[in-house]
Amino acid sequence: MRTLVFASRNQKELIRDPLNLAFGIGFPLVVLLLLSALQANIPVSLFEIDRLAPGIAVFGLSFISLFSGMLIAKDRNSSFLMRLLASPLSATDFILGYTLPLLPTAMAQVAICFIAAILLGLSVSLNLLVALLVLLPTALIFIGIGLWAGSVFNDKQVSGLCGAVLTNLSAWLSGTWFDLDLVGGVFKTIAELLPFVHSVNATRAALAGNFGAIFPDLWWVLGYAAVLLSIAIFVFGRKMRSDID
Amino acid sequence: MNAIETKNLTKKFKEHAAVRSLNLSIAQGEFFSLLGVNGAGKTTTIRMLTCLTLPTSGDATLLGKSIVTQAQEVKSLINLSPQETAVAPNLTVRENLEMIAGIYGYTSQAARVRAAQMMETLALGKVESKKAKLLSGGWQRRLSIAMSLISDPKVLFLDEPTLGLDVLARRELWEVIEILRGKVTLVLTTHYLEEAQAISDRIGIMAQGELKALGTVTELLAQTGANNFEDAFVAIATKSEQLQ
Repeated sequence: MRTLVFASRNQKELIRDPLNLAFGIGFPLVVLLLLSALQANIPVSLFEIDRLAPGIAVFGLSFISLFSGMLIAKDRNSSFLMRLLASPLSATDFILGYTLPLLPTAMAQVAICFIAAILLGLSVSLNLLVALLVLLPTALIFIGIGLWAGSVFNDKQVSGLCGAVLTNLSAWLSGTWFDLDLVGGVFKTIAELLPFVHSVNATRAALAGNFGAIFPDLWWVLGYAAVLLSIAIFVFGRKMRSDID
Repeated sequence: MNAIETKNLTKKFKEHAAVRSLNLSIAQGEFFSLLGVNGAGKTTTIRMLTCLTLPTSGDATLLGKSIVTQAQEVKSLINLSPQETAVAPNLTVRENLEMIAGIYGYTSQAARVRAAQMMETLALGKVESKKAKLLSGGWQRRLSIAMSLISDPKVLFLDEPTLGLDVLARRELWEVIEILRGKVTLVLTTHYLEEAQAISDRIGIMAQGELKALGTVTELLAQTGANNFEDAFVAIATKSEQLQ
């Protein structure tokens, strides 16, 4: 009950912030429209809607880190978190309360992205639901990064780290904007060591109904999600204690 | 049973003792003020009593519950109004109140009833649908106090409740706090000596992490031979500094 009350508060804080809506939904949609317009005039196979939509969905999810990081950092920097820490909320209530509301938010983001993609020509099929599920661990990665960043940095630092660095990193290294095989070398190696390109590839496979190809890419994403979320929960717990000591 | 009883309560940060062997009793329903210059140990004491930080040694009981071994029980008996305004900015006044009630275990229906009561008590009704971030500093502080009262705490900690408020807002807030006298045990920290003097049953003065003086205003004046409370406070605080 306490977890749900706290989660509900966090959900309201997230969806009532116009900047969250603008960046989390508006900006990825604008990019989707622009690249689709480009594709219509100068056909590039990379920007075909069934290949582009997964990339934009992952790009949109990267803003989840910004949302959650900013919320936690602002709570820490104001006395609001102190008020909550003096209340009967347990450590589990805090972690679930900060993470649970982000999952439906993330899924709504992906759904809006896919609806826009359908309007631009993406085929409607049950594969869309599979793709939505495949993107769930990616959402957990970004939730974990946000939880960690919000626990460690102040809101201005979170804004720079998650709003600028992470979104660009996840965009450039995801194989959405350009073919990684064309760049090759160290850039491609780094991209393949990170989860973003694997997330895009797994989602592309899901959308294409090529379910056998979802793995091993999804293993990478699941591994990153487990590790990053565990680290974030550990750091959050430690930081909360050290902040008040 | 006393509301608060501390036994050799001590907090050290590495070698620095922020609070040293504090022994203090506060009766139920008492309005107690904890005064001291910056770094005297007031905030650390409040943080220990509200289970925000563990003591290095010693213990304290709040209505018989230990802050070391029964922190969760203590937390359900108390509430805290932090030094800065602590509200959820994008939630309305009503939502802020209902949220805190829910966190303290009220059902959603009971939380609605309790929020309505608090809004009536603290005259928040006319701003109930306004987002907290849109309220003035005085109204935000009033909401923050209401959020600390909604759980019906047995002990309420008010950490610098009037800091940064203008004269009118301060006066309004003291009228609100005055309503609570006798109904709840109040522990106040403030730098405004005249406020503590006017409203407290007893005052404790801390310096260098120790409780240097304790008593009613009359008793503290008698102890120091001062003509007014500010002189008494300065005498106690500077005497202890000179001895260091």
